[in-house]
Amino acid sequence: MKVSYFPGCTLKNKAKELDVYSVKSAEVLGITLEEIENWQCCGGVFTTARDEVATKLSSVRALKYALDKEQPLVTVCSACHNVIKQTNYAMQNDKEFADKVNRYMAEGSYNGETEVYNYLEMLRDMVGFDAVKEKVVNPLKGKKIAAYYGCLLLRPNSVMRMDDPENPTIMEDLIKAMGADPIVYAKRNECCGGYISVESPEAAKRNSNAVIENAKAAGAEMIITACPLCKYNLVKNGADIPVIYFTELLAEALGVKEDTNE
Amino acid sequence: MNNNSYLQEEIIRRSGVNPSKCMRCGKCSATCPAYDEMEYHPHQFVNMVESGDIEPLLNSESLYKCLSCFACIDRCPRNVEPAKLVEAVRIAAVRKQGANRMTANDVPRMIDEDVPPQLLVSAFRKYTK
Repeated sequence: MKVSYFPGCTLKNKAKELDVYSVKSAEVLGITLEEIENWQCCGGVFTTARDEVATKLSSVRALKYALDKEQPLVTVCSACHNVIKQTNYAMQNDKEFADKVNRYMAEGSYNGETEVYNYLEMLRDMVGFDAVKEKVVNPLKGKKIAAYYGCLLLRPNSVMRMDDPENPTIMEDLIKAMGADPIVYAKRNECCGGYISVESPEAAKRNSNAVIENAKAAGAEMIITACPLCKYNLVKNGADIPVIYFTELLAEALGVKEDTNE
Repeated sequence: MNNNSYLQEEIIRRSGVNPSKCMRCGKCSATCPAYDEMEYHPHQFVNMVESGDIEPLLNSESLYKCLSCFACIDRCPRNVEPAKLVEAVRIAAVRKQGANRMTANDVPRMIDEDVPPQLLVSAFRKYTK
């Protein structure tokens, strides 16, 4: 099966592990991620303002590209996923906004037809965690891994619809499929501070430390995330256990990590 | 407050929020991870927009402390969506000429070798027009 793939700005430099391991792991699982041609940065954060139009055009163009290819659109980065999914929802439900956007669309009009999946949803809904488990050649036995959802994957739930926003299981189910032990902790869906680290580094530090300490207290030996900014904030603010992208762990479990190292 | 009725209308239209749905439970502020940084808290944004008292919000540092984490949006029992009001007021502030919170000149001081592009584009989306 082929899907349209939106990597996003950071996956091409600081977070290559999200990009290369996603593509390689998906191949093992029977899905080809076809990178959208000439994709442009999603902008990093969705603005909820209904009169902000130009900032959402890059997302709409990516969605339209997938529609023309008759493929679902798959994201990996939490931020890209949040921006593109919320933009898609606005195109479906806010006719006035969609009309303004479509006046810029030389590519043809778009009204929210494309289905948007995060890579985690792709694993759960297109592949199935049982099928993932069958392909695991290096089970991560005994590893105590804390999934860090942060805010962008789950909220706002009325739009994202990924999982129960207060008691999610999708990343824990992936951890189990890879043979490791998921660690559930209270702060897994609380914000790391995000972009506030440029405005108020102390605030980012406070938020990030609360997440790290909470995960460690619950017994975590490692934290996994889908978001480059979460990873940056946790590491920058002194995480003393490894914080890595879930895709790196997946590639390791599927036995394709070495193939992708540059 | 008459001179603010236009601004109030603009904020409500831009956000799509109906602040009169608020029942003053305070859950938005209780769950806000930026609460300690803020002079005006999420529930105050809702109340002050409702009463047309927008000028103090427009000039407050609180506009730049919201993390856009959507916690107040998801956890509001009345579906008021306070963060959308914060966003709408912040946009009214930074759209004014010369009112950008951040410019390209600020970038060098923000960068270390690990900074992801995502951080810079996100901050510019929020702080600059």
